[in-house]
Amino acid sequence: MSPWAVFLLAVGYLLLLFAIARFGDRRADQGRSIITANVYALSLAVYCTSWTFYGSVGRAASGGLGFLTIYLGPTLMLMLVPVILKIIRISKRERLTSIADFIAARYGKCQSLAGLVTVIAVIGIVPYIALQLKAIASSLQVLFPHGQGVSLLGLDTTAVIAIALAAFTILFGTRHLDATERHEGMVAAIAFESLVKLLAFLAVGMFVTFVLYDGFGDIFARAAAVPELSRLLGLEPSLASWTSLVLLSALAIILLPRQFQIMVVENVDEGHLRRSVWLFPLYLLLINIFVLPIALAGLLQGMPGNGDTFVLSLPLSQGRESLALLAFIGGLSAATGMVIVETIALSTMVCNDLVMPALLRVRALGLEQRSDLSRLLLNIRRVAIALILLLGYIYFRAAGEAHALVGIGLISFSAVAQFAPALFGGMYWKQGNRAGALAGLLAGFLIWGYTLLLPSFAKSGWISGDFVSQGLWGIEWLRAHALFGLEGFDEISHCLFWSLFFNLGLYVLVSLTVRPDAVEAGQANLFVDVFQRRVTQASRLLWRGRASYQALAGLLERFLGPERARQQLQSYARKRGLTQLENREVDAELVRFAEAQLAGAIGSASARVVLASVVEEEALDLDEVLNILDEASQIRAYSRELEKKSRELEAATRELRAANAQLRELDRLKDDFVSTVTHELRTPLTSIRAFSELLADDPGMEVVDRQRFLGIIVTETERLTRLINQILDLAKLESGRADWTASQVDLPALIRHAATAMEQLFRDKAVALRLDCPDQPVLVMADQDRLTQVMINLLSNAVKFVPAGAGQVTVTLECTADRVRVSVRDNGPGIGPEEKEFIFERFRQGGNTLTDKPKGTGLGLPISRQIVEYFGGRLWVESELGQGAVFIFELPRKKDGTKTEQREERPHDPQDPDRR
Amino acid sequence: MTHKILIVDDEPNIVLSLEFLMKREGFQVAVAADGDAALEQVQAFAPDLVLLDVMMPKKSGYEVCEILRADPARSAMKIVMLTAKGRDTEVAKGLGLGADAYVTKPFSNKELVAQIKQLLAGG
Repeated sequence: MSPWAVFLLAVGYLLLLFAIARFGDRRADQGRSIITANVYALSLAVYCTSWTFYGSVGRAASGGLGFLTIYLGPTLMLMLVPVILKIIRISKRERLTSIADFIAARYGKCQSLAGLVTVIAVIGIVPYIALQLKAIASSLQVLFPHGQGVSLLGLDTTAVIAIALAAFTILFGTRHLDATERHEGMVAAIAFESLVKLLAFLAVGMFVTFVLYDGFGDIFARAAAVPELSRLLGLEPSLASWTSLVLLSALAIILLPRQFQIMVVENVDEGHLRRSVWLFPLYLLLINIFVLPIALAGLLQGMPGNGDTFVLSLPLSQGRESLALLAFIGGLSAATGMVIVETIALSTMVCNDLVMPALLRVRALGLEQRSDLSRLLLNIRRVAIALILLLGYIYFRAAGEAHALVGIGLISFSAVAQFAPALFGGMYWKQGNRAGALAGLLAGFLIWGYTLLLPSFAKSGWISGDFVSQGLWGIEWLRAHALFGLEGFDEISHCLFWSLFFNLGLYVLVSLTVRPDAVEAGQANLFVDVFQRRVTQASRLLWRGRASYQALAGLLERFLGPERARQQLQSYARKRGLTQLENREVDAELVRFAEAQLAGAIGSASARVVLASVVEEEALDLDEVLNILDEASQIRAYSRELEKKSRELEAATRELRAANAQLRELDRLKDDFVSTVTHELRTPLTSIRAFSELLADDPGMEVVDRQRFLGIIVTETERLTRLINQILDLAKLESGRADWTASQVDLPALIRHAATAMEQLFRDKAVALRLDCPDQPVLVMADQDRLTQVMINLLSNAVKFVPAGAGQVTVTLECTADRVRVSVRDNGPGIGPEEKEFIFERFRQGGNTLTDKPKGTGLGLPISRQIVEYFGGRLWVESELGQGAVFIFELPRKKDGTKTEQREERPHDPQDPDRR
Repeated sequence: MTHKILIVDDEPNIVLSLEFLMKREGFQVAVAADGDAALEQVQAFAPDLVLLDVMMPKKSGYEVCEILRADPARSAMKIVMLTAKGRDTEVAKGLGLGADAYVTKPFSNKELVAQIKQLLAGG
């Protein structure tokens, strides 16, 4: 294998990346973005660096399954879609372009906070970049063990690659200043790199697992046979270390500057996140599936080294050079992807949060007078990119094989984990403030440096390790890996525990004790309530001041460049349908827009400073801001109150409408009742009048006719009287004004009495009446006369409907322990199912033919039912057409020997107005 | 020529009184006790005028009136509705269905006879 071939391959691969990035940028400029949900999800895999590609195998070779924790965390974190969505929404609204910007903006656009975050990020991340360069270098060493590298103008291959990466990053990361700070070409290239490293790793994994060995089972079986290897198959016992690694990686997937850049800043569509929720974990699963087999295979084969190079050395040892080259390209893509995105993110932070604030302060530079600062800004970033990469390269050269580089992945993770309290606290806790964030961050950072970074320097032999073994100044409880006597943890868990403990503790404590200033309070509201629409309206209230359009536009031109500034202002006017923007008074909305544009270019903290130079802002003091926010929340509460009221009103209206409908129905029923009563009264009256007139007109009428007609008049008069009595009776019963007497009633005696009264009627129609009652008394509590009325009504109904001559009526009395049941059975035509309830309604009569039209008022059964129900019983009919009918009523039984006791079934109170 | 009158009512006593009255006035009389019987009697008896009760079993007076009026061959036949329900809507309904007159119960014999004679003379 020729070194030159490998070199050309690497350069060729980088050129391919250039082409893809150019294509992506061109499409973005044409407005046809190639950033789809899949591309976004793939680009997130920039998380998997060469540390994953080579290092996972190394970790698995020494620590077994522990390497998986680094991938469990992100998977868990991605499930918190609402949290990530909130970060994205806030960043988009506030035009935030880095994690430093995000934290600074939340705490009142504070420059010192932005600077601190940037410093932590740079210190934490530069060694990580060095690690990537080292990975490239050591992969080359595996390919060419005898040191026959390529050198170009006296530079080794790693340097050449670093320069190429700087060029790439400068070209695609700093094309123009844009408020969104998006780099679609770069994202496309990163997504492509993610595919390449995945395919390369899978290729090596399959080769090892299925060609070198006979599948997963084979490798695991062989490893299990070797005692040193079998322990790798088990889980590491330390719960603390697992927990802290999962937590660490969960935080890193958001807090690493490159992850924040890709996940938040480069996000073009919030919807893409949903795809990533499963696609990214799937990616992690795939890229990890062969890690353990490769590690075990390398150990089984007795490969040299610590496992970090197995991915390359295994194919090489089998003479598979092309596979090794593919693996090399995979590792290269993992390293370059990380370096590119990380450098862009860091350079933005360095430029906006360290360099610009400094430059703006140095008046001697005459920045105020420069008409176009956009080129200067871009150049600052370009220099920053070059410098960061140079720093990384120098660190790589200096640290070399030193320990400082070995554990740097997790050390970096721990550094950025310090951002967690300020960032998440700021999103959900309005009271969190700048002083708290500064105190927490600073404390966390110092403890991180003391317990993790410096010990790694000590292990490399750069500084004395006394503070690790004996404690600073010999004070035992200051030992770097056993701070305050906390022992038994691994160093990462130990650092994480103390740094986050102090970080979070100070953040909360200081936030609770120190009063925030006005800007902070406003920003806190904007962040925490980002999903509430009224917040933006309130935010407009938070600005009061004067500015001239010319000054504002001039400011934008200076920082964005004249052309871009004009474009942005035009689109602002177009979106709001405004014309002649330059002649309008500058309002809060325009100032906020300008600030957001500036924030996109130079960060929110710097934007606030430069804006202050052209805008005469009336300083609002904290109380004013709180008042405005309070008013906004009062308005919110008030409108909630109104909504509640209007819901209540609606409910009341519904109830009233229902009640009204019920009243109408009652009214209609009453109307029907009156109409029916009228009809029933008029019918006998009609006969009476007609016959009376006939008699009056014709004095010489024959005696027979005269007698007959007079008879009819008498009968109809009786019918009329009965009708009127029953109507009055029913009206009394229904209104509860009936006079009741309650006494012990002997039911068999009552039945015999009623039967005697009806005897004549039965005899006239030749109907047999049979009584089936016990002789001894059965007592109920009731009104004797009323109950007799019921009994007579039932008997007269029965006799009315049975056929003359063949009619049979049977009355049966049955007792249970607490009830008495009386049934009146006839052998009449029976009652159809639809008529069963019907006949208990007023003026409804069974039977429909003229020949046997029953001579009743149609009120007997309704009245009987009222009476029985009054005494706690019920009345119903059982019948089928053609089978006769049984009318049954049941009453509660009056128990013997409880004469002093009143009926317990229904209190008997004739005055009770509610009684029906 | 004697006019033929069909009396339709489900109250036997009312039928009896009307039958007596109409016969005394010299009309030829037939009776029916419900809607179905009324339609049969119209076929068999071909009355010049029908005295039609509204509230009846099987078919109400309204239904009978509607059926009779749907037959153009009987357009000359007069229909007088009799009802114990005197609400305006019911009167309007009866007249709307094609009844020639609407008489509320109880009625004066004299007035009823006068109205019947007037209708028959006019037809």
